[in-house]
Amino acid sequence: MSAEDTRVPWPRWDSPTEDWMLPGDCPVTSERTLLLELAARILFPAVLVFSLYLLLVGHYGPGGGFSGGLVAGLAFVLRHIAGGSSEGAEIGARIRVRPPVVVGVGLCVAVVTALVPAAFGAPVLSSTKVSVHVPLLGEFEIVSSLALDVGVYLLIVGVVLDLLRSLGSGIERDALDAESEAAS
Amino acid sequence: MLPALPVLLPLLGAGATVVVGRWAWAQRVIGVTVLAAVSVVAAVLLVMADRGGPVVAEIGGWAAPVGIVLVADRLSALLLLISTVVTLAVLVYAIDQRIADYGRRTASTTFHPIFLVLSAGVSLAYLTGDLFSLFVAFEIMLAASYVLITRRTDARRIRSGMTYVIISLTSSLLFLTTVALVYAATGTVNLADLAERVAALPTGLQTVLALLVLVTFGIKAAIVPLHFWLPDSYPNAPAPVTALFAGLLTKVGIYALLRTRTLIFPEGHPSVLLLVLASVTMIVGVLGALAQNDLNRILSFLLVSHIGFMIFGLAVTDAAGAGGTALYVVHHITVQATLFLVSGLITRRTGTVSIDAMGGLAKRAPLLAVLFAIPALTLAGVPPTSGFVAKLALLQAGAGDGVATSVVAGIVILASLLTLYAVVRVWVRVFWGEPREPLPDNDPDDDLVVGTARTATPMYVATAALVAVSLTIAAAAGPLSAVTTRAGDDLVARTPYLGAVLGQEGAR
Repeated sequence: MSAEDTRVPWPRWDSPTEDWMLPGDCPVTSERTLLLELAARILFPAVLVFSLYLLLVGHYGPGGGFSGGLVAGLAFVLRHIAGGSSEGAEIGARIRVRPPVVVGVGLCVAVVTALVPAAFGAPVLSSTKVSVHVPLLGEFEIVSSLALDVGVYLLIVGVVLDLLRSLGSGIERDALDAESEAAS
Repeated sequence: MLPALPVLLPLLGAGATVVVGRWAWAQRVIGVTVLAAVSVVAAVLLVMADRGGPVVAEIGGWAAPVGIVLVADRLSALLLLISTVVTLAVLVYAIDQRIADYGRRTASTTFHPIFLVLSAGVSLAYLTGDLFSLFVAFEIMLAASYVLITRRTDARRIRSGMTYVIISLTSSLLFLTTVALVYAATGTVNLADLAERVAALPTGLQTVLALLVLVTFGIKAAIVPLHFWLPDSYPNAPAPVTALFAGLLTKVGIYALLRTRTLIFPEGHPSVLLLVLASVTMIVGVLGALAQNDLNRILSFLLVSHIGFMIFGLAVTDAAGAGGTALYVVHHITVQATLFLVSGLITRRTGTVSIDAMGGLAKRAPLLAVLFAIPALTLAGVPPTSGFVAKLALLQAGAGDGVATSVVAGIVILASLLTLYAVVRVWVRVFWGEPREPLPDNDPDDDLVVGTARTATPMYVATAALVAVSLTIAAAAGPLSAVTTRAGDDLVARTPYLGAVLGQEGAR
């Protein structure tokens, strides 16, 4: 087999291959990039944990809901590119939660966080600190604006998932169309 | 607390309508409830601002000029109230159009949330006391409008949508640059703080900043020669969307001009530049309207023309001028939105937007004729409508202020007469003559459903409600113009605003 033959045809150069959930028993092997899949398997949980770290340290250090959400979104992008979805099936069909709902919940959480201080007579969007003692781990200071960051985090993750659903599966559909056109 | 609600409630509603995206009825209930609640809040704010001076909310408890403040003075509370009422009516119209066209069960994950986000952006633009937040408000508003103008679309509308998006992005870029320059020159973006610091800048720098602000908001408000995008993009959107854009977005530009020019760049004498721009805008707009055959394009050009009226009030730069502009904005938001909604009803009835292809509607649809006639005469300013009241306020402001303003006041009358001619021309072609059969819808898949002759009654009710609002403005002309006169006095005096935002020290 020459080097020419092993190349993926151009309409599929960026199309995700195989299943979103990276099944072990995949009948088609030619379109999988083993390196990327393996990397995705190892990186996916680590990147998600890192995004949570960014979310939590955001109040005092670099990070926050926006960057945390973007990093988490990138984890999903990586997984999508490595695993893809078969026959253009939507990611949402496998995640069970539709991405717009994640966006909506995030927005609601953020706005409610903004409104809650008003119920206690404080200005809108003001925040307070709570010290929590966790056994073994010690003292934690939780800032109430963390809830706002959680809202933003969810919102951004939802937006990225929605982009993957609309643009990602859109690209796949185009690739499949181009493929069937070339075949006919 | 209270001034934050008109921004936060629609955002909460937007989130909630996405979450309940499967249930169309829940989306409708949330949308209408939220906007009704915001209307109530706006009314309360107006009463509070009128009785006890501007209501200020410090976001996060940080006081101005360090933190962001939301300020509801007479002007912003009044415009917020009328904008929300119009938005509510347009939403009811849009809901019933969607029910008629797509069925009762069709939910949308974009329409309701984006509509509410747009409303939040408009509220923030009226209320914010901070130049950068004003930029954010415009961006929220514009990002939502990009979605609304290009939903369920075809190639022609994508093309005109592109014009709109590119022009808006250009003006946003200019706005951001202006904010950066203002911050570099003064070290603050708080409007009240700027009022004091800009006055200390060299005159040349002040002029440059004032011109940048004028161009930025001039694009948003569609002042000739920065209007070219408007008649090209607005008419191609669905009727409720066009009504919302025509009613609110350009007027938010006017509001921003009014706020910045009175607060930050006050001039003691009539501005020649603005007088020239006002004259050109009035004449070019109305002549453009006379040359068109497309009903929506006629209305869009008339919109441009009437932006000139508001610029005229702005150019007079005294309290009467500012008050007159405020009154005119209130009147114009209502009447322009109504006309576009009526245009949507006419289009559904006749299947076309070309006034040459219509005829005899007065016999076939007398209710439609009444619904068109009242706002059309209001727009032209025939007594005793609200248009007459608003124009009278502007003319009274302009007449006593020297030769230049008196000349432009003459142009105001000329443009009003030409407006009357333009709407009468529409009336003769559309409502008189031989009745014609509705044309078939040549593109059933897009959002512009025409020629169905199947129009839900609530769409008429929503339109009629806006006509009623416009008549109420005329009936309550006395108290309303008293409020706008006080608003104008506040704007020119500046001290109520400065005192409320910066504390007593700022009100020196």
